[in-house]
Amino acid sequence: MNPSSSTTAEGVLPAHDAHDAHHDHPSYLVDGTTIKSWLLTVDHKRIAIMYLVWILLFFLVGGIFAMAIRIEMLTPGPTIMDAMTYNRTFTLHGMVMIFLFMIPAIPAVFGNFVLPLMLGAKDVAFPKLNLASLYIYLAGAFLALWGMINGGLDTGWTFYTPYSTHTTTTVAPVLFGAFIIGFSSIATGLNFIVTIHTMRAPGITWFKLPLFAWALYATSCIQVLATPVIGLLMVIVTGEQLFHFGLFDPARGGDPVLFQHLFWFYSHPAVYIMVLPSFGVMSEVVATYSRKNIFGYRAIAYSSLGIAFVGFFVWGHHMFVSGQSTFDAGVFGVLTMLVGVFTAIKVFNWVGTVYKGAVDFKTPFAYFCGFLFFTVFGGMTGIAVATTSLDVHWHDTYFVVAHFHFIMVGATVMAFLASLHYWFPKMFGKTYHEGWGLVAAAFIILGFNATFIPQFLLGNYGMPRRYFEYPERYQALNVASTAGASLLAFGFLIIAIYLVYSLAYGRASGQNPWRSKGYEWLSASPPPTHNFVGPQPTYPEEPHFYVDPKKAEVPDVV
Amino acid sequence: MSSSAHSAAASPGVPRLAQHFASIEVQNHAARLGMWLFLSTEILLFAGLFVCYGCYRYLFPEAFAAASRHLDLTMGTVNTVVLITSSLTAALAVHYAKEGKNGVVALMFALTIGMACIFLVIKGFEYSHKFAEGALPGPYYRMEAVQLPGVPLYFTIYFLATGLHAFHVVVGMSVLVWLMFKAMREKNFGPNNYVAVELGSMYWHLVDLVWIFLFPLLYLI
Repeated sequence: MNPSSSTTAEGVLPAHDAHDAHHDHPSYLVDGTTIKSWLLTVDHKRIAIMYLVWILLFFLVGGIFAMAIRIEMLTPGPTIMDAMTYNRTFTLHGMVMIFLFMIPAIPAVFGNFVLPLMLGAKDVAFPKLNLASLYIYLAGAFLALWGMINGGLDTGWTFYTPYSTHTTTTVAPVLFGAFIIGFSSIATGLNFIVTIHTMRAPGITWFKLPLFAWALYATSCIQVLATPVIGLLMVIVTGEQLFHFGLFDPARGGDPVLFQHLFWFYSHPAVYIMVLPSFGVMSEVVATYSRKNIFGYRAIAYSSLGIAFVGFFVWGHHMFVSGQSTFDAGVFGVLTMLVGVFTAIKVFNWVGTVYKGAVDFKTPFAYFCGFLFFTVFGGMTGIAVATTSLDVHWHDTYFVVAHFHFIMVGATVMAFLASLHYWFPKMFGKTYHEGWGLVAAAFIILGFNATFIPQFLLGNYGMPRRYFEYPERYQALNVASTAGASLLAFGFLIIAIYLVYSLAYGRASGQNPWRSKGYEWLSASPPPTHNFVGPQPTYPEEPHFYVDPKKAEVPDVV
Repeated sequence: MSSSAHSAAASPGVPRLAQHFASIEVQNHAARLGMWLFLSTEILLFAGLFVCYGCYRYLFPEAFAAASRHLDLTMGTVNTVVLITSSLTAALAVHYAKEGKNGVVALMFALTIGMACIFLVIKGFEYSHKFAEGALPGPYYRMEAVQLPGVPLYFTIYFLATGLHAFHVVVGMSVLVWLMFKAMREKNFGPNNYVAVELGSMYWHLVDLVWIFLFPLLYLI
C-alpha cells in the first residue's frame, strides 16, 4: 500500500534516502548543466521544460495582445489604436493563443513530462522525434511571428478566403508557419500513440492506464488524423495568396465554402485537442485531492475516445449561415450535441468522485472547481449555439466569443494552471506557497468570469465580434469585461511571482507531497534522467487507487 | 557494425537496441506502428486534395472531362506501369533483406530508384508539354483550344496533386538511396534486422498507392 516502498512498485528506487539518490542518480535537472546538454537533449523531461518556457512566453505575448484588445474596446471609438492595428491585434492574439499556446500547452509540456513516468517507461518511443518536434514548433512559431510583425495579418486566426487570398497584409509566412507547427503537433501525437501502445511497464494494461494517459491518447489520435488536412489547406492558401490560382476564389470559379469545410474539419477537432488533455488533468487532480478512487474510470476513458470520434463529424456547425441545407445543419447540430453527452459523462463522474471524498482543498483543486464551472457553463452554451435557430441569432457575435473562451480558454487555462501546480513538485522538487496559490486562483477564476460573462450579454444584445467601433449602449459591458481582464492579468502576475520565487527558494517537496496514487509519483521528484533506477517497475494496482478516503492508508511523505 | 554508431551491434543481423526500449521486439513494434501512423497522415494530406477534386468535378463536370482529355494518356500509363513495377522491386528488397542477401537488397533498391527517375523524367516531359501549351493553373491558363469555366481549376488541382506526389517521390528516393548505401556498406540486414528496409519500402508503396488514385482521377475519367 505504500507507494514509496518497493512493495507496490518493484524496482522503484525508495526515494526517502534522497541524498544517496542524488549522488548516484542525479535528477534530470542537474544531470548535465551545459547549454548544449539542454538544447540537444533527448530526455522527455528536459524537452517538456523547454516547451514550458517557450509556451509561457507565447502565452505572455498572446495575453499582452488580449489586454490591448480589451483596452481598445473601453470606448466606442478609437482608444489606443487604429482599425487596421486592431485587426492585426486580434489576429495575432488568436493565432498565438491557439496555435502556440492552447494546442501544444498541456500535451507538449505536461504530457511529455509525465506520460513516460505514468507508463513506467524510460522515455517516449521516439526521443529524437520528440526533440525535433520542439524545434519544428519553434521554427513555425518564429516564422509566423516574423510575418505578423513585418506587415501583420488582418484576417483573424481563421484565414477565411477569399479575403485572406486578397488582403495586402503578410498572409504567406503566417500560414506557412502554421503549416510547420502542424508537423510538430503530428510528431508529438504520433510519438504519444506509439509510446502508449508499446512502452507500458509490465502490469499496466489498457484499463490500468491513468486517465491523463487516456486523454492524451484520444488527443493524439485527433492530432494525427486532423492536422494533415489543415497542413494541406495552409499550403494551398499560401499558394492562392502568392499566385492567385483561384481554388477558393469565387471570381475564378473557386468555392470559399470549400475552404471553410476543410478548415473546420481540422479546427473543430482542434478544439478537442485543446480541451481533452484538460479533462485528463482534471481526472488526476480530482482523484488525488478527493482521496478517492475515480468514479466511473471506464466511462471517463471511453468518453474521451467518444469525443475524439464525434469531434470529426461536427465541423458543419461553424457553417450554419454559409448556405448549407437545413437538413445538414440539423445533422451537424445533433452530432455536436453528442459531444455534450460525452462531456456530461465526465462531469458527472468527477462530481461523483468528489462526493463523500475527503477533499483536500489545495490550489489545483481550486482550479478544478473553476474548471467544472467553465466546462459546464461553456458546454451548455455550446449546446445552445449548436441549435441552428439560436446560432443564427448569435452567429459571429460576442456570444460566440464568450462561449469559446469559456470552454476552450477557461477549461484549458484552468487545467494548465492545475497541472502547473499539481506537477510543480514533480518537475522541480520544490513546493510553492499554498496561500498565494489560492489567492491567485481566486483572482483568475473571478477575473475570467468577469471578463466573459459580460461578453455573453454583449453578444446576446447583438454586438458583433471583431468590430473596431460600437454603439455607446454597449460600453458599460465592455468596460466590465476589460475590468475582468485586468483582474485576470493580475492573477497571472501573482502566479508568475510566487512560482519563480518557489523555483529559487521553495522548500524541497519530497517525492509525493500530495500523497497521490498516480503512477508518476512512484519515481523520485524530480526524477533521475532515465526516470527509474534499476529494472522497469511493475504495477499491480489500478491507478487512482484510494481504497478508503477516511483512512489514511498512505503514509505522510512530505 | 562497422561504424561507431553501431558499436553495440556485435554481429551481423543484430540491430542496435535503444536504451529506452525493453526489447528488440518492442522497438520494432514501435517503429512499425510509428510508420503506419505516419503513412495515415500522408494519406490524409492527399485526402484534402481529393476532396477539392471531388467538389470541383461536381461543380464543373464538362470542364473536368474536357481538361482530362488533354493529358497525355500514354505517358501517364507508362508512368503507372513504371511506378507499380518499382513497388515490386521495393517489396523484393524486403524479401531479400530477410534472407540477409544485402547485395541483392542494394540491387533491388537501385532498380527502384532507377524506375523512380524514369517516372520523374516522364513527368518532367509532361510538365514541359503543359507549360508549352499554356495549360497552367488559375490566372496563368493560356490554352485556346479549351475555354470552359473550371478548366484552370482542373489544372490547379492537377499541378498541386502531381507536384505534391512528385515531392513525395523525391523524398522516397532519398530514403531508398540511404537504405541502398546502408545495405552496400554495412551488409547488416538479415532475418533479425530488416525493419529499416521494411519501413522504407512501406513509404515507397504509399507513393505508389497515391499515384494509383491520382492516375484514374486525373487521366482516365
